[in-house]
Formats: sequence, structure tokens, C-alpha cells
Amino acid sequence: MSKFKKNKGKELPAINTSALPDIVFMLLFFFMVATKMRDPTVLVKTAVPTVSEVEKIEKKSWVNHILVGPPINAAVSGTAPRIQFDDKFGQVEGANGVQTYITLKKNEHPEAIRDYLTTAIKADKSVKMGLIQDIKQELRKINSLKLLYSASEGEVKE
Amino acid sequence: MARKSRKTPEINAGSMADIAFLLLVFFLVTTTMDQQKGLRVQLPPYPDPTVPPPVVEQNDRNVLEVLVNSGDQLLVERKPLKIGDLTEITKKHIQNEGRLPNFADSSTAAIVSLKNDRGTSVQRYVQIYNELIRAYNEAREEYALKEYGRSYKDLPKDSDDAKAVRKKYPMQISEAEPVEY
Repeated sequence: MSKFKKNKGKELPAINTSALPDIVFMLLFFFMVATKMRDPTVLVKTAVPTVSEVEKIEKKSWVNHILVGPPINAAVSGTAPRIQFDDKFGQVEGANGVQTYITLKKNEHPEAIRDYLTTAIKADKSVKMGLIQDIKQELRKINSLKLLYSASEGEVKE
Repeated sequence: MARKSRKTPEINAGSMADIAFLLLVFFLVTTTMDQQKGLRVQLPPYPDPTVPPPVVEQNDRNVLEVLVNSGDQLLVERKPLKIGDLTEITKKHIQNEGRLPNFADSSTAAIVSLKNDRGTSVQRYVQIYNELIRAYNEAREEYALKEYGRSYKDLPKDSDDAKAVRKKYPMQISEAEPVEY
């Protein structure tokens, strides 16, 4: 009958935690690598459409972003859709335009891969295609022909 | 004068885990895991204004005409259509192989022409593009299963089989030159 009382009184051996720092460091390195530190302040609303046939981008650093949408601070910037590059508003044409921005971004990369750079247009659902079309024309003029319409994955809703 | 050799005291590594945890929490909080996803599109090169555009004779049956107006309504081959039926009709078009008279001669000759108004919303445009890509993906999938007994996704991207599938169903979606109305 004493079978079940054998261990009574004895203390459980302490769990060896010496490997804990290693595990934590492993996780730490993972997150350090996966982290993208600088997220530009978003000035425009970009609720992207949801579609089913999305593709993932493999090389994140080969993508330049153009954000299009109604400004978040409507009291200051109005409600008409605006274009955002990095941290500031931009225009379609001119010194602060699409061509200038993409050319600048292209020059940050070695010449060999410049043709592989993709432009991701992250446009709000409500934006009209006229504006997107103007951006597309500008991109074609500087021969940046790889384009990505940002979208989230999911079932298409009517 | 011989000095007693003293051992360096062992460093207590017990708090190492705490420090690591601290850093871990920091990176956990700052990490944004958002993935870049979207529909990949290749734009046509900008036409040279000094060179007149070449006149390409396209057999009308090979072109599936898709129009979207500013009210986000869809017109396919001059007939109104619901977006839910677009994939099906596109597949019918590219897989026709000359059977029905108003769809394409062959899959390689099939072209989808997408034209939109300046007032079309991005939502609807991306949805329609998605339906077209879906049609091609499904056609490729069916062809890969039939010819190679494997899903197109399982074929390595650079393999000859995958290339053959892409050659059989080239994604020819033409975005029309914007016109001023």
C-alpha cells in the first residue's frame, strides 16, 4: 500500500534553467532580424482591398512604396486623396513628383538590380483610378514597369 | 615574493536571461510583421511619341473586352456582367481553343483587354484584376494537373514543366492607354 506514498516528503528537483538564456537569445535574434525599425509616419488612410490571388514579395528591400488615400488629418489637409512618399506628401508631377522619388530610390541600389525594383501602390479602396492612372503613366515614363497593387488576402466580397 | 595565483571570480550569469528578456520584449513590441502582399502587374513600356503606334491586327474573337465604368459596373464583350461571373467567362475565353466562335482561337492568342474609367474605384479595379488573374491561375492549375499530374504550385518555378504551363497560358492582360473622355 505504500506504493503511492513513496515520494511524499521528498522535494521535486529544481528545473534546470541554464538553457533559458539560450532560448531567449534565439527568439531575440529572430525578432531582431524580422524587425523593420523605421516605419514612416502614415499621413493618408490606406485601407487596401481584399482579394484572393495575392502574391508575396520576396525581397522587401526591392520595393518602393507609394501611398495614396484621403489624408488622416482632414482638418489640415482636406479630404481629397493625396500621395505620400516616405514621410511627406507628394504630387504626381514636378520636383516633388513620382518620377523624382522613384529615381532617387533607384539610385540607392546598385545598377544591376535597378530593373528588378518594384513599385507598390498602396491605395485606399475609395481612391479613383484616375489618380492611379496618372501615377502609372509617370512610372512608365521612367521605365519602372514592375508594379504591385497592395491588397490583403481574403475572400472577395461584393 | 611569489604571488598566490588567484582565480578570477566567476561572473554571475543569472541575470543574463533578464537582460535578454528585456531586449526580446522590446523587439517583440516594435516588430511589424506585415507582409508585402498584392497583385503583381507588369506595365507596358511608355510609347515613344515620335514613333506612331504599330497597327496590330487583332482578331476580334481573341480579345476579351472588359470595361469598367465610373459607377464600378462591368461590361464584358459589350454585355453587362456580374463580377462573380467574370472568372468563369475569362476561363471560357482562354480555354476555348477555337470551339465557340466568339471566344479565342487558342490559349496563346487569347488576350484580355481591361479598360477602366478615371472614376472607377481602386477597390473594384483590383477586384476585377484579381478575377482575371484567378482565371489564369485556375487554367494553369488544370493544365498542370492534366499534363504533369502535379499542381502548378508544386512545380518548381524555373522548371521546364512550369515554363511550359506558362507558355501555354501566358497571362496577357492588356491595360488600355488611358483616354480622356
